[in-house]
Amino acid sequence: MKVAKLCNGTVIDHIPSDKLFKVISLLGLENTTSQITFGYNLDSQKIGKKAIIKIADRFLDPDEVNKVSLIAPNAQIVIIRNYQVTEKKQLILPEEICGEVKCLNPKCITNNEPMCTRFVAIDRAKGLYKCLYCERMVSTEEMIVTKDC
Amino acid sequence: MRELIVIKTIQDNIMTNKSLVSISDYSKDKILQILDRAAEFEKNPNQKILEGKVVATLFFEPSTRTRLSFETAVNRLGGRVIGFSDARTTSTTKGETLKDTITIVSNYADLIIMRHFIEGAARYASEISPVPIINAGDGANQHPTQTMLDLYSIKKTQGALDNLTITMVGDLKYGRTVHSLITAMAHFNPTFRFIAPKELELPKYYQAFCNEKGIKYEVIRNMNEDTIADADILYMTRVQKERFTDLFEYEKVKNVYILNNRMLEHTKPNLKILHPLPRVNEIAYEVDQNPKAYYFQQAKNGLYARQAVICDVLGL
Repeated sequence: MKVAKLCNGTVIDHIPSDKLFKVISLLGLENTTSQITFGYNLDSQKIGKKAIIKIADRFLDPDEVNKVSLIAPNAQIVIIRNYQVTEKKQLILPEEICGEVKCLNPKCITNNEPMCTRFVAIDRAKGLYKCLYCERMVSTEEMIVTKDC
Repeated sequence: MRELIVIKTIQDNIMTNKSLVSISDYSKDKILQILDRAAEFEKNPNQKILEGKVVATLFFEPSTRTRLSFETAVNRLGGRVIGFSDARTTSTTKGETLKDTITIVSNYADLIIMRHFIEGAARYASEISPVPIINAGDGANQHPTQTMLDLYSIKKTQGALDNLTITMVGDLKYGRTVHSLITAMAHFNPTFRFIAPKELELPKYYQAFCNEKGIKYEVIRNMNEDTIADADILYMTRVQKERFTDLFEYEKVKNVYILNNRMLEHTKPNLKILHPLPRVNEIAYEVDQNPKAYYFQQAKNGLYARQAVICDVLGL
């Protein structure tokens, strides 16, 4: 890919291609003034087709990293400072999630009151969570991740 | 955009909140402790433990046994009851949120006992309320005091809770009493038989729960003499019309299992038939006279179990 090297910023690699625009949306990258480069449908030995995002002059905070982990749990986050890789972060699903994920149960209180959702991990290895309120199980694959709670 | 925040765990929440929202809030020891307390109340149900206390019963969904047994429990303990049994007479009809209702009522009462048709309503109320909440049923989710009276009835009739074969029949999909009982019995090495039509079979996540806990179970479609022969407890349930959005689906399954005396002829001598009630037609009336029928005594046990739970959440 013929793009300028990042001087400072973040690379999010190994995103499944079909999750690219979801990640862009959840991180609010469409509203950023930083230079952003993304690649789509790139060949990957690991996952077939992958996507990659390079964001100049921005470093994700832990909550944003958690958010990416829900969409693309096998993605890798690389921090670049002065053209050098200074850190590689393997994503770990959070123990608990507040907001951002909508409960799929229409009869859940979170879909009937002005309030935030809360999910707790039942089995992080399997990406299985439970709504703290209605106690329904949901997997990360089924999750509807939203910007607002 | 709200940030995703890591928050304190459920366990932390339970440690700081005396509310009873879900049966999973109780450890094995806690369950046994409450059952022992219930046995004391059965010997002497009239005690002035709640003198000077006001208890609010907020029933957003209809109920007979649960509300009356809770109110009886409070009255027999010397407390006073305020509340409603028809949400149409409250500000809910004007669009008041649950949060506002709970905040207001908690100004008046020392304890709130709530039934709501929305799942998770009790957990949310317990987060808002400065006074304890007892969940008297939240939609198809949880009904922990029913579970406590079920456990009390099982222990009383079988002598112990351990190593029993429990056959559950009927609506295993929407039946919250079924889900809560499975969760609670997981502490006591049960064997389950789940008898339900395909449309009402036990949700996969409860089957996964049994797998995870190493609980032996069998999924069965037919209820007959053979499939109930080894049961210590036969837990019958009603197909709940109110849980169906498509009434055609309800009509297909409403009469699929009907228990009668002939089916009980070769069952174990210690078998007891439980039912959370109300019954519609899943147990023939002739069974009421059978010594194995226990559902009316079971309902009576609800008084003692609820007295024990009320005292526990109030720290009395």
